[in-house]
Amino acid sequence: MLELRDVTAGYDRRAPVVRGVSLTVRVGEAVGLLGPSGCGKSTLARVAALLHRPDAGQVVLDGEPAAGWRHRAPRAQRTSFGVVFQQPRLSADPRLPLARLIAEPLRANGRPVDAVPELAETVGLTADLLGRRPHEVSDGQLQRACLARALALRPRWLVCDEMTAMLDASTTAALVGVVEAYRRESGAGLLAVGHDRVLLERWCDRTVGWAELTSA
Amino acid sequence: MTPPTEPTPGGTVLSVRGLCVRFEMRDGSYVRAVTDASFDLAAGECLALVGESGCGKSVLASALLGLLPANASVAGSAVLGDAGSGAGGLDLLAADERVLAREVRGRRVGLVPQSPVAHLTPVRTVRSHLDETVRALTGTSGPDGVRAAAGRAAFPEDHLDRHPHQLSGGLAQRAATALALVGDASLLLADEPTTGLDRDLVERTVDELRRHTGDHRALLLITHDLAAAGRIADRVAVMYAGRLVEITDAAAFFGAPGPRHPYARGLLNALPERDFAPVPGLPPELGALPEGCAFAPRCDRASEACATVPELTSGVACHHVAVARA
Repeated sequence: MLELRDVTAGYDRRAPVVRGVSLTVRVGEAVGLLGPSGCGKSTLARVAALLHRPDAGQVVLDGEPAAGWRHRAPRAQRTSFGVVFQQPRLSADPRLPLARLIAEPLRANGRPVDAVPELAETVGLTADLLGRRPHEVSDGQLQRACLARALALRPRWLVCDEMTAMLDASTTAALVGVVEAYRRESGAGLLAVGHDRVLLERWCDRTVGWAELTSA
Repeated sequence: MTPPTEPTPGGTVLSVRGLCVRFEMRDGSYVRAVTDASFDLAAGECLALVGESGCGKSVLASALLGLLPANASVAGSAVLGDAGSGAGGLDLLAADERVLAREVRGRRVGLVPQSPVAHLTPVRTVRSHLDETVRALTGTSGPDGVRAAAGRAAFPEDHLDRHPHQLSGGLAQRAATALALVGDASLLLADEPTTGLDRDLVERTVDELRRHTGDHRALLLITHDLAAAGRIADRVAVMYAGRLVEITDAAAFFGAPGPRHPYARGLLNALPERDFAPVPGLPPELGALPEGCAFAPRCDRASEACATVPELTSGVACHHVAVARA
């Protein structure tokens, strides 16, 4: 279970963008977080994935409070999250071929990289694409690689922040299909952040509006 | 210089025939980004050009504005204005840079760009952008022209002195739209105008584009957002691997009987409000297109007939649809 307890966060202590928000993702549950652009939902997603230190409040992973943020988070907690961001171009090192990109978390944790071909296949990337660098593939193909990277360490929670906002309908359906197949097989929980109500309601078990989250 | 004629409602604004764009790569190979595209666009009409990312949609828009890089070669014609009357007909693909710069861009074709914040100059205010554009395109200057230009796109006057980074996504979009409308062009080209905007803003943006189209302009809306296209388009053109595979009435496409081309059907069914099932496989590389029908490797109806490229007949390019009709 992933719990956000009374989280206040932002980039200026005097003007937090998230105030006193609590949200729970139960084991194996898919929660959609719906809100307009600029409301603070991405900041909350970053807090949930231990990528942004909140000003106040707690993140609790299976009963254990988060012990740090970003690189200070203990490895076991840090690697239990897989994160996919909105813009694949901004979240991919332009120097790395896709195979290296997918292997990054494995390398960083000293694990063998022979899982890469299988990960690539899972997200529907063909072998000829793995040797290319980000500028040589489309947004959709690059986002597939970013999803493979997020799944590399077999996380217990996936945080997808507007994962499909730049993508066409077919690629959107394909990536959501990959996430759901992984969750069925692994029992991982999901926090999907977005502004497309139709998409989130189709995708998730439960969809929470930003307004109800902040007024409660 | 021929004065641009005001198009009449229903008159042809743009007539594209056999448009091909290919890029020569450094190793001597070719990437065929657009192949044999033909369509007409009438005054008062909105044509939505849809397809997966990387299918050649944006290259088509760049070709119409003469904004392709130097390694591109273009064939076919794209006549702007009523070619039938003989007045004002101008082939955009044959026009030289001087004509394009002085008569076409902004004056006869207005571009509503993808990511408006990136399109605006970051160190200048919206007022300064509008002032320059009004001066260059209409020859007048002064605060009245700027205010009128901002008003047309519903850009709030009290935000005129802001810089691009101080604008929300919606306001940046309106600023870019205001700039595109200054020259009173008869053709509006909107290239992915809603990418990254949230649903309410997408709807507001496309509704505004539709309103600006009115009776006397034509709108070519290039988008991967089928919901946005369905909201305002009169006709839909589906592009796959650089070719138009279906051109049809929007009501028939989004309603009954639905798309006829298997790819178009797959794309529409991928929407979360429909089957939410992807088209299997990946789109082909434009530099290494398969022989024959480019969709055949992903198509459940593929047969021997697909070894040749299907012609676009009565609005659809698929052997099986043609067979079914015969």
